Order: sequence, then structure tokens, then C-alpha cells
Amino acid sequence: MTDLPISPYPALLVGLPILMATLSLFFRTRGEAIVGIIGSLLTAGLALIAFVEVTKMGTVIHILGGWEPPLGILLRMDPLASVFIGMTAVVGVFISLYAWRYFPAQEATNGRLPLFWPLWLFLWAGLNGLFLSNDLFNLFVTLEVIGISAVALAVLSGKSPALSAGLRYLLAAITGSMAYLFGVALIYGSTGTLDLKLLSQVLEPGTTTSFALLVITLGLMIKMAGFPFHFWLPPAHSSAPAPVSALLSALVVKGAFYILLRLWMEVFGVSLTYAAGQLIGLAGAIAVIWGSWQAFMQTRLKLIVAHSSVAQLGYLLMIFPLIILAPGVTADSADWLSPVWTAGIYQVLAHAFAKASFFLSAGIIIMALGHDRIESLRDLVGHMRITALAIGLAGVSLIGLPPSGGFMAKWMLLKGIFLSGQWWWAPVVLTGSLLSAGYIFMLLRLAFAPSREKAPFRPVPKKLEVYALLLALGSFLIVLPADSLVQFLESSEIFGSGIETILEGGINGND
Amino acid sequence: METYQIYSLTSAVLFVIGIGGVFISRHFIKKIIATIIMGGGVFLSFVSFADRDALAFADPVPHALVITGIVVAVASAAFALALARRIYQLTEEESFTNDK
Amino acid sequence: METTSFLPLLILISSLIPGILILLLREEQAVLRTFLNIFGAVAKVGLIAWVFAGYLRGEEYTFVFNLALDLTFTLRVDQLGLLFASLSSVLWLVTTLYAIGYLEGGQHRRRFFAFFSFCVTASTGIALSGNVLTFFIFYEFLTLSTYPLVVHRGTDKAVEAGRTYLWYTIGGGTVLFLGVVGLFVVAGPIYFGQTEIIAGLISEYTTQLTILFFLMLTGLAVKAAIFPLHGWLPVSMVAPAPVSALLHAVAVVKAGAFGIVRLVYDVYGIGIAEQMNFLSVLAVFAAFTIIYGSVRALFQDDFKKRLAFSTVSQLSYIALGVAIPGVLTSTGAIVHLVHQGIMKITMFFTAGNIAETYGYHKISQLNGIGRRMPLTMGAFTIAAFGMIGLPPVAGFISKWYLGLGAVEAGSYWVVFVLLVSSALNAAYFLPIVYRAWFCEPEQEVVSQLRSGRLETQALLLIPVVVTGLLSLAAGVFAATAGSPLSIAREIAEKLYLL
Repeated sequence: MTDLPISPYPALLVGLPILMATLSLFFRTRGEAIVGIIGSLLTAGLALIAFVEVTKMGTVIHILGGWEPPLGILLRMDPLASVFIGMTAVVGVFISLYAWRYFPAQEATNGRLPLFWPLWLFLWAGLNGLFLSNDLFNLFVTLEVIGISAVALAVLSGKSPALSAGLRYLLAAITGSMAYLFGVALIYGSTGTLDLKLLSQVLEPGTTTSFALLVITLGLMIKMAGFPFHFWLPPAHSSAPAPVSALLSALVVKGAFYILLRLWMEVFGVSLTYAAGQLIGLAGAIAVIWGSWQAFMQTRLKLIVAHSSVAQLGYLLMIFPLIILAPGVTADSADWLSPVWTAGIYQVLAHAFAKASFFLSAGIIIMALGHDRIESLRDLVGHMRITALAIGLAGVSLIGLPPSGGFMAKWMLLKGIFLSGQWWWAPVVLTGSLLSAGYIFMLLRLAFAPSREKAPFRPVPKKLEVYALLLALGSFLIVLPADSLVQFLESSEIFGSGIETILEGGINGND
Repeated sequence: METYQIYSLTSAVLFVIGIGGVFISRHFIKKIIATIIMGGGVFLSFVSFADRDALAFADPVPHALVITGIVVAVASAAFALALARRIYQLTEEESFTNDK
Repeated sequence: METTSFLPLLILISSLIPGILILLLREEQAVLRTFLNIFGAVAKVGLIAWVFAGYLRGEEYTFVFNLALDLTFTLRVDQLGLLFASLSSVLWLVTTLYAIGYLEGGQHRRRFFAFFSFCVTASTGIALSGNVLTFFIFYEFLTLSTYPLVVHRGTDKAVEAGRTYLWYTIGGGTVLFLGVVGLFVVAGPIYFGQTEIIAGLISEYTTQLTILFFLMLTGLAVKAAIFPLHGWLPVSMVAPAPVSALLHAVAVVKAGAFGIVRLVYDVYGIGIAEQMNFLSVLAVFAAFTIIYGSVRALFQDDFKKRLAFSTVSQLSYIALGVAIPGVLTSTGAIVHLVHQGIMKITMFFTAGNIAETYGYHKISQLNGIGRRMPLTMGAFTIAAFGMIGLPPVAGFISKWYLGLGAVEAGSYWVVFVLLVSSALNAAYFLPIVYRAWFCEPEQEVVSQLRSGRLETQALLLIPVVVTGLLSLAAGVFAATAGSPLSIAREIAEKLYLL
């Protein structure tokens, strides 16, 4: 592990946003925002430089303060981490630019909402830290940093529905973290190490490991709002200010998924069972159908978007059963795994861009209308064509129509479903697509319908609309570098050579 | 039964009590206390494992982890209490009304 | 496949870029918008002519872009694709002119023309797709780009029609998606024309490939409006006339029909499809749709509705031709792809002209219209004769080949279907022709006679005359080299040589 090239970027990626966040606390009003936006731009720039560095040098590490593990902390930036960091940077910078204009424009109606910038930068530091973590405990700490700053962001408005949703969110987050940490304690108790790489070698199948995996998975599912722990997400995401909703839906929930992906694919290979995979897949499948249906039944735009997140996260859970073949079914090569994790990555990317764009558009509409009841969206196309286009494009990506990133994800997911022989998931994917087409086109239908009032939409800053549109376009553009992206990820241990060991280790479901 | 096993069992019991409390109770403060109990269980389990291999000295890593964990847990609990207090001030509600 | 050419991509871009630019313009910049539109349309026709000439010289044009793993975006030029692309681009040029005239002074023209351009981009993309994936991408893109056109009027009725349209097409697209992914898993990335892949796998994966064939066929049948999946087509008639013309003659319905042609001829191969009895199922549905569409058309008084049901019926000639194996029926099917397009677009232009000039939407209002709009109705009469199958108009050629082929294949029932359908065609088109030319106009409407030299605006008149003459020419000059028939014949002969 320590023979990998050492780079300062992993430390900077965590340190810089923390520094800027702390700095911004010393300023008031506009100063806070200026420091905040500078911090965002710097962090994003740094993330992109680090991303390029990893594409050139491969995985890089940083040992904080020269203290070697286990007492010290080692940060590892491999291709998977750099893709998530890159995604956070790109989506984050657009949300920051949006927030820079959104909050001043909101002041007239809602008053000033302080502390967005420091909290967002702390959140960003937490996310980067999570993606870079190399041990189970560090993952816990970053999860907590993310959880607390995310809840604080969610209650920014200080109104009672937001506070109530925020408390629910916080309690869910703490419960999830504690369950996760309990699993970590068990793992440490049986192996004496927390290092992910080391664990993948020393972990032995057994009751303790299985139980640890169970509580860790449950804890993380609470955090990523996997069914049946999705209850906290719609109120929390829909009652936050628009840029915050975008951050929570696009980025924060992905953190827990990232850990789950790493642990299942990299660490727990030996103790995964077919039944466990099917169970988590079932939770995902129910989330897809239930979330989409709930979204279809809502009458407020932000609630539609929030319920749609539950469904979209369900697709992420559906990749887990596919990495474990049924007992008796053996694969002589890892060919079937490639589409599965590509589906996961593309679902994460496409959802991040599309959902961020969607929430930003919802914010614009609330600004223009004063509320987000969808019957008032009539003739949106005539009055706010950029926002209408952004919603349309983001919606197309969420449904998974070509040539969007969502399409890439669904294609790969279906392919993985067929290749792994678990065809029973296919109807779920298609039903989910149709249901999401239902709620997206319900919005578009209203957007094209004739208006009953005269000029119902108040003017909003054009730049806000442009940022939302650019993010929506992003959910399409991510398809273009797909080939190089997949190759880049394959160069990492988790998806490349590591898969061979998973195969040997009995991921074929020897249960 | 060795000492560390007693601690381990206690920690598991505490964890289960905590998680039950979080899901069953509706009152804000009860829920928050339940998370604290969960945390107590988890930290106890860490500490109990420090003594696991009957080493000559206790494993220092779990202690380092637990200290960090406690700090985090205290911060979360404080934040949750602040939120609960604010909700009470605004609406006089003490528990989740439409709990699932 | 070694040489990459950007020409096919350029053909797509020639309408995509104008579309994007138009979206960025302001509503008032009508002159620039018109220029972009016409420039794009002319450039597209020119590029396709250029590629066609090159193709005939034996050059290959392939554009390949690898998306991920084995997902490859491929544009490739072949004869069938070129035929469809030529049809789309020429009719797009004509329809663009028509639409400029038709929508003059209307609202939201920027949006209309932008999506109009996207729509033709999708339809040429379908024509030039080199593999199943690329075809699917453009197939779905077509759905999305036509939706804003269907709901263009923005009335509650239009929005409702748009909803029906979307449910049908998205549903069909989803089924097609399942089939396409399944095909990928079973057979890998299939390029059009590589029929040997399926031929090699059919004995091993009989069940899977059969299921996949019917999944894909169902998905395509939605756009090809084969009974019972035709419901969206008559409803979408609320759209403006140029949209109906494009939707029903070229883009959407033809995408479905063209897809069926590709699926049978270039993916599964005619041999396998016949051997597995896939075709008899298709034949039964197609034959039923032909009769059903005609019977429904008979009872419509709304001019456009009658045309829509006629489209449902006429489209299935293509499917029927595909379903009866043989060089002659294949020729008939492929040539009808073109002929039906030209004739039906003429009819929709006519309906649009009458509605725009006199505000008539019902057939019962058309008494004596021929005297007031002789050129328009003349073109309509030619097209109607063609649809019925009277020589020497284009439609006669299609039916002749289909009939001959059916006799050759021993499927006499098909001849019967063709005869019944022709009789029904006559029964619902001839009354219109009769009313237009031989009935006295009712007294009150004479005052509405349009003053001026032309019977309607020049931009509305020229397209209908052009397409009317084209449908005559396609029939009269069918025997000359370069006519749709001769190209279709070549394609069909190649199919059966292999």
C-alpha cells in the first residue's frame, strides 16, 4: 500500500474546503459568499487537477502528517475515488454558481439565509474525505461530517416543516452511522484491522463477518434512503432551499452508496451470499416501483423530484444482486461484472447531473411562482423556455431514454441482468422507466398546456436558468467519454484485477 | 465468562435497546436518548475488543477510535437537541405526529 | 469498416445545427430562421445526393464512435438507408417550405422549426444507422422530438393527444429497448446486414431469439401503426398540417416500417424469419390492419382523420410485403416505403391548404372545391388514384409488385386482401374526388372565394404541386434507372442472392 506514489492532492482536497469554510465564518453577508464561491472554485479546480493526476499516475496516496496507519490516516485516491471526486466537483461548482445568484435573489422574499457557504464547504470536505478514505473508521468520521453538515443545510430556512424534516433526517443519519459503526467494531474485533485492502485479504467467512456485513449494509441503506428506510428523504430534500436540495439529492446520498459499493466489491467478497444479494436487490426493486409511483401521485414539484430520488437510488441497489451469481451458476470470466458496475457508475453520474438540474429548476419555478404546485406550471414552455428545456432534458435522462447517461445506466443494468441470468429484475427496470416517464411527461404536458392566467411567472435571473440547463446537458455529455471512463475504472483494483480475486474467493454464491 | 465477553454482550444489549427506542418512540428527546444509548453500546463493544486477545496490554487503537466516536456522537446529539428545542419553540410539538 | 468518414455525420448535423441555432434565436428573427431552415434542408438534400453518387461509384461511408464496452455508435451508408434518407430529406425540404407558409404569423415558430429540424435529424439518423443500437437511439430521439410538434397548438385537445402519443411511443420504445438489449446479450452488437450471426445462433437460442424478435417487432409496430397498436395515429391529427404530413408520410410511421424492414431483412435475415414462421404472424396482422384501416377510413367525415386511417391501412402494405418472402414482394414493400410517403404527403398538404384557405375540415364541406383550388385538388386526385392503385401513378407499381409476388409465392389470399383494400380505397377516396370536381358548391360559401391570382399562398401551393407531380413521375418513370422502383428492385435482388 505504501509503495504507491505519494501525492499532496488527497490531503489538499479535504483540507482546502475546510480551510475556506472556516475562513468564511469570519465574514458576514456578502463576504461570506465571496469567500465561499472562491473556495468552491478552488476546490473544484483542485479536484480536476487531482483527477488528471490519477489518470496519469494511477492510484496515489497521502499519509496525513507522516503518521502511518493504523493510528495515522492514509488517504487513497484510486480511479473510482477520482471519478466520484470529479463528479462532486463538476456538479458542485454549478450548484455553487447557482447559489451565488440564488440566495441574493431570494433575500427579498425569504430573508437572508446565513451559513450556506461554510456548511457546503464542510460538506464538500466530508465528501472528498469519504471518497479518499482507506479504512472503515475514517469512513465513519466522514459520514458524520457529511451527515451533520447536510442536516444543517437542510434546515437553513429555519421554518418548522424544514426543522421537523431535518430532525427526522438527523436521527436517521445517526442511527445509520451507529449501525455502521457497530459493524465496524465487530470487524475490528474479529480481524484487528480496519484497512480496506488488508481486510479483503484477512476477512474470513463466518457468523461475525456476516452479521457485521448485515449491520453495515443496513446502516448504509438508512443513509442512502434505501427502501424501507426512505421515509426521511422526501420531506428533508423537498423542504430545503433549492441549491441544498440539489446537493443532498445529487451528492450526499451517493456517499453511502460509494461505501456500499466499495465494501461489497472490494472487501466482503468472501462472505457475500446469493440470498443477501437478492434481498438488497428486492429492496431496490420495491424502491424503484414505489418511489416512481409516489412521485407520480404528488402534486408539488419538489416532492415529485424527491420521490423520484428514492426510485433512482433503488436502481443503485439493484446492481448488488447482479454481482453474485446464483448457486450452481458459474462464470469462467468476469465479463458479466463489467456492465453491472458500469451501470452503477452511470446511474450515479446521470442521477447526480439530472437531479441537481431538476432541483435547481424547481428552485427557479418557486422563485417565479412563489410556490411549486404543479397545476401552475401551465404554459411554462411559453414563459420560461430554458427551464422547461432543462426539465425536459433532465427528465429524459431520469427516464433513461437515449442518448442520455440514464440510458447508458439502464442499458448496462439490463445487460447485466441478462448476463447474470437474473432476468426477473428486467420487468422492474422497465416498469420503473414507464412510471418515471409518467411523472416526467405529466410535468411536460402541463408545461405545454395553455395558461389560464395572464403572465403568471415573475421574471428570474437568466443565469440561474442557464446553470440548470448546463447541468441537464451534463447528464447527456457524460455518455461521450464512456469508453475511456470505463477503461480508466478498469485500471483500478476494485474493478480490474480485484475482480479476479472475487471470482476465486467464491462470489459465485457458494451458499 | 471473561470480562470482555460480558462487556461485549452488554454492548449488544445496549445497541438493541437503542435501535428499538429510535424506531418505536415518537418523542424527540426519547429518540435522541435512544441514539445516545446506541452509541454507548457501540463504543463499549470497541473497548471490549481491546482486551480480546488477552494481550499483555490493551490495544490502543480502539481507544483512539472511541474517543473520536464519542466526540462525533456528542456533536450529533447536541445538534439534534438544538433542533428539537427550536421545533418546540416554533410549534410546541414534542414528537413526530405522522410517524411512519 | 476501416475507413471512417464524417459525411454521414455531416448529413445529420446539417439539420441538427440549424435546429439548435433556431432554438437560440429570438422569435422575431424570422428571416434568419427561414434562411437557416432552408439552408439546412438544401444542404441535406445536396449531401445525400453527393453520398448517393459516391456510393454508386462503390465508395463506403462509415462513421464509428465507440461509446463504452461494446456499445458502438455507427452510421453507415447502404442502399436501403440511402433510399429512406433521400425520401426524408427531399420531403423535409418540401415540408419546410410548406410549413413556412402554413405557420406564417403563428406562435412559437422558433420552437416549431427547431423541433422540426430535430425530427428530420432523427429520421435521417434512423436511415443511416449502421447497427441496432444506433437505430434505437434515433428511434427514441424521434419520439422526443415529435412530441412538441404534436402538442404545438397548445390547446387542451392537443396536449391530450400528445399524452396518448407519448404513452404509445414510450411504451413501444420500452418493449423495443428490452428486445434490443436482449439481442445484444445473446448475439452481441449486430450490424445491419450481418444476418449470419443470427443464423449461426438460431438453433442454440431458439426460444430467446423468438421472444426477442417479437419484442422488437411489437416495439416497431407501434410506430408503424399496426393494429392493435395504431391508436395514437388518428388522435395525433390535432397537430398542424405540416406535422401531420411529416409524421404520417415520412418520419414517425416510416421509422416503424423501416425498422421492420431492417429487422427482418438485415438482422434476422429473410431466410431465418421465414423458417421460424415469424413472417406468417406479421402477415396476418398486416393484412388485418390493411382492411381494418380502410374500413375505419370509410366512416370518417373529418378529412384528416380519414387520411390518418388510410395511412394505418397503407403502411401495412409495407409490412405485408416484408412478410411474404420473394423478390417481387420485397421490391413492392421497399418501393411502397417511398411511394406511400410521396402520395400521403400530397394528401395532407391538400387537407392543410383547404383548411388554411377556406377553413374546411370536413369532407362534406368539400363540394366544388376543385373549381376553386384546381391545382391543389389536381394533385390530390393524382395521389388518390395512386392510393387506389390506378396506373400509371406510383401506388399502382407498389400494388402490382405486391400482387405479383404474392401470386408467385402462392399466397392467393394476399391478392384477395389487396383487391378488397383497393376497392375500399376507392370507396373512401373517390367520393372526395367526386365532390371536389362534380358537386355544385353550396351557395353561402361562394362569397368566401379567395381573391388574387393564385388559389392559395404560393408557399402552400408549390409543395403540393411538386409532390403530386412526384407521385405521378415515380409511377410513369418507374422503369428508368435511378427511380425508386429500380433501386428497390436492386436491394431486393441483393437480399435474395445471399
